Parts: sequence; structure tokens; C-alpha cells
Amino acid sequence: MTAFFAKRAGYLLLTMVVVSFAIFTIMEFTPGQVARKVLGPFATQLQVDMLTEEMGLNRPVVVRYLEWAGNVLQGDLGRSTLYKQPVANVLWDRLGNTAILAAIAFAIIVPASIILGVAAGMREASLLDRTISIGGIVTTSIPEFASGVFLVSIFVIWLGWLPGTSTLNTGGGWPLASQLVLPVAVMVLYDLGYVVRMVRASMVEVMTRPYIRTAILKGLSFRDVILKHALRNAMIAPFTVILLQINYLVTGVVVVEAVFAYPGFGRLILEAGLSQDVAVIEAATLVAVFITVMAQIIGDFGYMLLNPRIRFS
Amino acid sequence: MTQQTPVLELQNASISYFTRAGEINVVPDLSFKLEQGEALGLVGESGCGKSTVAFAVMSYLGGAGRLTSGRILFEGRDMSSMSAAELRQIRGGKMAMVYQDPMSSLNPVMRIGQQLIEVPIIHQGASKKEARIRALHMLKEVNLPDPESVFERYPHQLSGGQQQRVVIAMALMAEPSLLVMDEPTTGLDVTVEAAVLDLVRRLRQVHNSAIVFISHNLGTVVRICDRIGVMYAGELVEEGPISEVFRRPSHPYTRGLLNCIPALGSDKHSTPLVPIPGQVPPALHRPKGCIFSSRCAYVVQGRCTDHRIPMEHVRDSGRHRVQCVRYDELDPYRRPTTATSAAAVAAEEREADSVLEIEHLRKIYHQAASIFGGEGGYDVKALNDISLSAKRGTTLAIVGESGCGKSTLAKVLTGLEEATSGTVRLEETDIGKLSVEKRGTEIKRKLQMVFQNPDSTLNPSHSVGYAISRSLRRLKRIGGRQARQEARQLMETVKLPADFVMRKPRQLSGGQKQRVAIARALAGDPDLVVADEPVSALDVSVQAAIINLLMEIQSGRDATLLFISHDLSVVRYLADRVAVMYLGKVVEFGSVEDVFNPPYHPYTEALLSAVPIPDPDLQQKRIILEGSIPSVTDIPKGCPFATRCPRKIGEICDTTPPPEHRTASGHRILCHIPLDELKHFEPVISTAAE
Repeated sequence: MTAFFAKRAGYLLLTMVVVSFAIFTIMEFTPGQVARKVLGPFATQLQVDMLTEEMGLNRPVVVRYLEWAGNVLQGDLGRSTLYKQPVANVLWDRLGNTAILAAIAFAIIVPASIILGVAAGMREASLLDRTISIGGIVTTSIPEFASGVFLVSIFVIWLGWLPGTSTLNTGGGWPLASQLVLPVAVMVLYDLGYVVRMVRASMVEVMTRPYIRTAILKGLSFRDVILKHALRNAMIAPFTVILLQINYLVTGVVVVEAVFAYPGFGRLILEAGLSQDVAVIEAATLVAVFITVMAQIIGDFGYMLLNPRIRFS
Repeated sequence: MTQQTPVLELQNASISYFTRAGEINVVPDLSFKLEQGEALGLVGESGCGKSTVAFAVMSYLGGAGRLTSGRILFEGRDMSSMSAAELRQIRGGKMAMVYQDPMSSLNPVMRIGQQLIEVPIIHQGASKKEARIRALHMLKEVNLPDPESVFERYPHQLSGGQQQRVVIAMALMAEPSLLVMDEPTTGLDVTVEAAVLDLVRRLRQVHNSAIVFISHNLGTVVRICDRIGVMYAGELVEEGPISEVFRRPSHPYTRGLLNCIPALGSDKHSTPLVPIPGQVPPALHRPKGCIFSSRCAYVVQGRCTDHRIPMEHVRDSGRHRVQCVRYDELDPYRRPTTATSAAAVAAEEREADSVLEIEHLRKIYHQAASIFGGEGGYDVKALNDISLSAKRGTTLAIVGESGCGKSTLAKVLTGLEEATSGTVRLEETDIGKLSVEKRGTEIKRKLQMVFQNPDSTLNPSHSVGYAISRSLRRLKRIGGRQARQEARQLMETVKLPADFVMRKPRQLSGGQKQRVAIARALAGDPDLVVADEPVSALDVSVQAAIINLLMEIQSGRDATLLFISHDLSVVRYLADRVAVMYLGKVVEFGSVEDVFNPPYHPYTEALLSAVPIPDPDLQQKRIILEGSIPSVTDIPKGCPFATRCPRKIGEICDTTPPPEHRTASGHRILCHIPLDELKHFEPVISTAAE
């Protein structure tokens, strides 16, 4: 067990190093100078050169990477050239905002996808199965910006029930909570269909297994067959997939945050990317990689717990 | 005394599957009765509807299957009129099922105990505590060691035999009046099979359940059942008490089945195997008359083919029924025999030279302790000092249970693995350390292989002709038209129409695919063919045909056959020499007559006593081996068989490797018991005293 976690932690570190270095190198080859972005179009070339010198941007990329890595290890994520303040100040705030969205969406997606997937998969090709499967394909295939616009036109423009932007500027209570409804709805619609289909496929598979036949021929009620015998087996395969949704929910919601002007992690990456804010991009990348790999580790661990064949081998 | 209602009665049951191709009537009209405590064996080849009947009895035919007419009565009640709740009460409570593949029939994520206690909780309203006590009691009753620990385990932590015991225990938990067993021992090792069959026999006496026992193996039915029903293409063609059906088989199909099984004790010199010609007619196109008429040697046009044949009682027998209009006109049944002098055969063998000489062969896999190697780790002795030889044009059979090393031996011979030490001489070349990449074309040509599962051996996207002609190009360096020509000839050698070269594997039946695999192996005129369980996935009539084919090819081409099998009846029939392997060692080696008669190695004796023989008149000693094969990582220090040997003589067996006895005829036995004493063992099989 210790070996398992030690190995995974090793992979985590390695991935973080490789990805962060890759980002550093890629930024090196993107057009446009950072100093020019900072100073604006009217600065002279001399001013740009001086700032470049001052920021140390003319040194070799490896040297700058090592320096940055050293700072990160000491807890210093660097200074944002876009927001003109330490990266840490911006990053944690934004990440916190996104985490709220992600947590709510995840809390809806997990039980909903299990219930719908199991209900669809327990009787393959039944009316319920067809309805859920087709519904899942439809919601998943509508892009986030499109469903965002649909929902806004219904609930904001037509019914006027909800605010159209979610800048989180107003105080607490319903005014604040109401801003979360539409972003969460878009994320759930987009992601749910995919997870439902995974759970359904696994459930359909499990229902054809001989041990389900054994359970039925033991005289169990259909309900008990599903809940006691099928459910846990059907969860083994999709478990990792479900946990990997955390990735999407935390680090992949760029479009949703852009549509609703939500001050979250996705928009941070977008803005930093557009202005070549290396320090922010690097820090955000580290966070993203960390979350991805952690979700995977937890996924593998849960898989082990669910599946005694792996646990006791 | 009033007449009892039978436990199970099928009245003109007709079962169909509804598919895109329309209604397929797999069982047209089936009737039989089963009284309390009776055991009926249903036998027949694959696709004859045995399992359909089993699931129809459980009222579980899936979405596509339906009982279209007739009735299935359980304890006098029509099952199709029962509500879902009534059905649930009966299933698991009054009728229970034991399945073919125990591993997949048990829920992999639930502990054994949990799966067992469900049954009394649903059916008898037992509390968890009572259920647990009953479950532990039941686990003990099916002879599982340490029930408490089994109760807490998961299915994958048990061996195949133990899993099947658990499934049987689960079926018996509610004391059902009917037990349906669908191939319960298929896939188990022969000694495990024997132990499970023994258990079923014993439990039958204790619980007095009626049993429907489905099997493709006539021998297992003889061990369990009072009555036997022979099924063909969904029809019951003959039914009656075991002894009557075996003594006076009245349907030509029953006779055909008996003629294609090598019964332990018969060999290729005394008894020919007679395969049934042709194939089962597809269920969509049932002939109007007798279903077997297209393959029957006794068919009379008109009488047999014009109308449905009724089931009749055989004369002067109240219980033996047969579905044949001519049964009364057939000669009394006798197994076919041939007259070849055994002495001539023996003389022939002595002249031949050795093709294969294996000396002190060892194959040791080293299991490292960690990924960095380092200290520790352990050796797995898959082959531990093997010495064998095979003469030209003869068959050397290797027998043993799974895990004995027979497949590793095949891998070393074919170069998929390299020997750790020792020599393997094929004619004059030592090939033990030559992996297949290092072998020249000439060695590859000399040694070819036929595998167990023909489905996975042939590339599904190539035509059969392509597969064969590629071997010809590679091994014989001939190409183009000549190779195609020769491929067609090879098809004829294996008794397939030459035009089959155009076909893809999916257009062939299992037996035809195995013939193609043999044709491919023959492409280079090999001197040695290694056949790893080549007939064990096939139906008996196909198996007989393939065995005949192998023998014919062997005598025609003077090829040597190394035949790996777990089926002792087939080995007894086909082999000239036999090596019995246990835990990587050859415990007995000699000519087939020597090995199958005393003196035996105690392990050989146990194996022989475990083989189910389809002949109720033969008396067989019963030796049940306790425990399972020790792990290859933990081989006993003394005799490998000491942990399970019923004839263990003392501590010496555990501590000292046994000496090898040799007789003048080259018979070798690895055992501490003196040869003289071994000679005085009673033979395992004897004819019943008249």
C-alpha cells in the first residue's frame, strides 16, 4: 500500500516537472515580447529592452526555469505581469471561486449519473434506456457556449429569474447563490450525459454476467439484484472516469466562466494566456497537473477498494 | 399408496427463440417426468438444447426465448401460470441451479458468506445469525476445509473446485426439491471433477433432491444418475434407466455416441472410433421425419423420413423409451472391434529410431523480489528434471492436471521458452536453448504445433488457403501456383473439400477449423507435431473424427506426435507411450500398456480412478485426492506428490526425493514404495463380477 502511494507520488512530481518545463519552453517560441505587452504600444524600443533586461528575460530558458523552480519550492509563485501583484494573491481566490462551482456540479453529477446510468443499463433497450441514452447524447453534444446562451435567453431574458452574469460582486444570500445556478447548469448538462453513458455501458455489461443470473435464480427480487449484486460491480469501471470529471470541472471550465464572466480559474488561465503572463500560466499549470494526477490517484485507490480481486492479489 | 406428483414434469414442451431470422424452434416437443429423489442425466453434443431445457425448467429463458406450447409442471403446478412473486419463491427455494463456470457464477465483489446467507434470509425468513450458522454448516457439508475462513473470502481467492463446492452449497441452502446442474464439472481437473461428483452423489442421498444433470460427458452421468436422456437437435431420442440404455442402446444416435468415445481401457489397436458422419441439421430447417435420418446408417426412405417419429417404449421394458421406428430391427449393440495383432505393433515400434530425446530438462522461472532484482526472490521450477523420448511414427502423450508443467514443456519444445538446463534433441539438433527466433527454417519445418482452441489459432481475416500456403512458402520455399496446388492437396489430406481454401475461418465449424490447423501444421512435412489438447474443445463425434485423422496422418507420413492432454481415455486410446507429470516432474513413464496397468505410480492410480467411464458395467476403484496441487513456488522437499498421496508410507516421502524404479520394458516409476509392492496394486478398472 505504501509502495502504491510512493510510486504515484513520484509520478506526480515527475509530471509536474515535465509539464512546467514544457510550458516554459513553449512560451519562449510564442511571438511578441513580454516587456512590450507590459509597457504598451507607445513605449520606445529602448524602454522595452531595459525592462526585458530588468526582468531577466534575456537569459537562457533553462536558467530562468531553474530559478523559477527554486522560487516555487520556497513558496514564491512569482509576480503576475498582467495583474501587477504576486501570483498567489490572484490564484487562490480564483481557484476558490471555481472550486465552489465544481463542488456543486460534482455533487449533482455523481448521484444523477449513477441513478440515470443504472436505470438505463438495468434493462437494455427498454424505453427508459432509450430515453436516457438519447437525452445524454443530446445534452453532451450541445457545446457549452450554446447551452449557456440558450439558458440565458430563457431564464434571464425571457423569464428574468436569474442574473445573466456571475461576477460574484453582490453580497451573500440568494443574490449571490442565484449567480451560480446557470454556470452549474451548463456544466452539469455538458458533462452529465458522458458520465451517464459510461455508467450505463458498465451496467449493461454487468447485467449479462452469469452472477446476475445466479442472483435472479436465487429468488432475489429485481430491486435486490440491482442494488445488492449489480450496482457495486457496475461502479468499478466508471469510478475512475467519474473522478476524472474533477479535472474538467476545475480546470476545464474556461468557456463557461467566459460566458458568464465568472471570476474563476478558467478565466484566469485564458487572460494570462492572452497576455503571456508566464508566472500565472506556470502556477495555474502546476495546480491543474496536481489536480489531474491527484484525481487519478484517488481513482486508482477507489478502484482497488471496490474491486477485491485487485485488493487481495 | 397414492401416486405421488412428480417433482418435475414436461408435457410436450416446445421452446423457441425469437431472433431477427424469425422463430427458431430449438426444442419442438419434449416430455419427461422426474420423481422425488430421482436423478436424470441429459446428454448430447453442443447445440442439442440441453442448456435450453435447463433454463426453461428454471423459467429463465431470457428476453428472446419462450415456451411456445406445452407445459412445464413443478410439483404439479404449471410454471407459466405463476406470478413473478411465486416464481421468486420457487427459484432458489424449491429449485436451485448449479452452473458450468463457478468463477463467473459467483459475484466477484461479495464475500462467499454474504452470497450464501441471502438464500435462507429470503426463503426461510431466517435472521442473519441463523443464516450464518446454516451457511457454515453447509460449507462444512460440501467438504470445504475451514468453513469460517471460506465464509469471509471472495470468490477469486478459492480454487475452481472450491468455487464449485460453494455454488453447490448455495444451491442446497434452502433444501430444494429439484436441483438443476448444467455441466457442473466441465472445466475442472479430472481429480477435482471426481471429488465434486462424489460430493454430489453423497449429498443426493442425504437431501433426496431430484436432479436434472446436464453433461456432454456420458461418464459423469453414469456416476450420478439413475436415468439418462439422450438429446439430439432438441429432441429426446432415447430415455431410460442408465443400465438399460448402456446395455441396450436402441437409438442409432446413442449407439453413434458410444462408438465415438474412447472408453478407458480401449485402444487404437482393439477398437476403432466411429465418428457420426455429417452434422446436426440447423433448427430452422427441421426435416419432416426423423431428426437423425440425415446421419443415420439405418435410415429407410419413407418410413423414417415421412412423418414425425413417436416416442415408444422399448419392448419388455416399462421405463426405457426410444424415438426410432426401427429400433427393434437393429442388431444387438456391440462395440466395434478390429483385429490387429498387438505383437506386430510392438515389434514395429522397436525398430524405429528416436525422433525426440529429452534429457534432464529443467525450466526455472526466477521471480525477483523487487523490480531492482537484488536479494530474495524465488525460483519457480516449472519443469524439474524431465527425461523422455519418442520414437519415429509413434505418439507420446503427456498427461497431468493443470499446473503440472505440460504446457511449459510444449513451450520449450516449440521455442517459445528456452530451457534452463538439460537437452532436447530433435533428431540430431539440441533445440532446448534455441528460441524460435534462433531456429532455422529446417528446424521449424521439422517441428510444428496444433493448439487447443482452433478459433483463436487462425487469423479471422485471412482465408484458410492463405494460411496454409504461407506456411508452405515459409517452410518449403515454394510459392505461387505450386503452393496453392499443395494447399488444396493438404485440405484433402485432412478430409476437407479442396474448395474450402477460399473460406474464412468464421465460415467453418470447430472441427473443420481444427482440421485446417492440422493441415497448416502438416504443410512442412514435420517430423514432430506437438498437439496441445487438440481435441478437448470439440464434441465427441468431432473428437473421434480428429483422432482418427491424426492416426491416419501419422501412419501415412511417419510423423511423431507429442500429444498433450488431460483426458486419460483419449490418451489411453491414442498413445504408444505415456508420461504422467506432476508438479514439473515425470512421475511415471512407459508404454501405454505399462502405465495403464499395475504397477502404477499412486498418482496415476488416482488419476485413473477419477476418469468418468461411460460404462456402468465396469468397476472402478474410487480414490479421492484431498487438497489441491501445492503451489509451484513451494514444491515439497521429498516426493512432489507426498502432500496428497493416499499411499504415503511415512516421513521418508516428505523428506527424501523418491528413487526411480525401472523395469526391463523401460517403464519408469518415481516412488518410495518398492516395485514389488506396486505390482500388487489391484487394477483400478475391472469388469463387474458376473
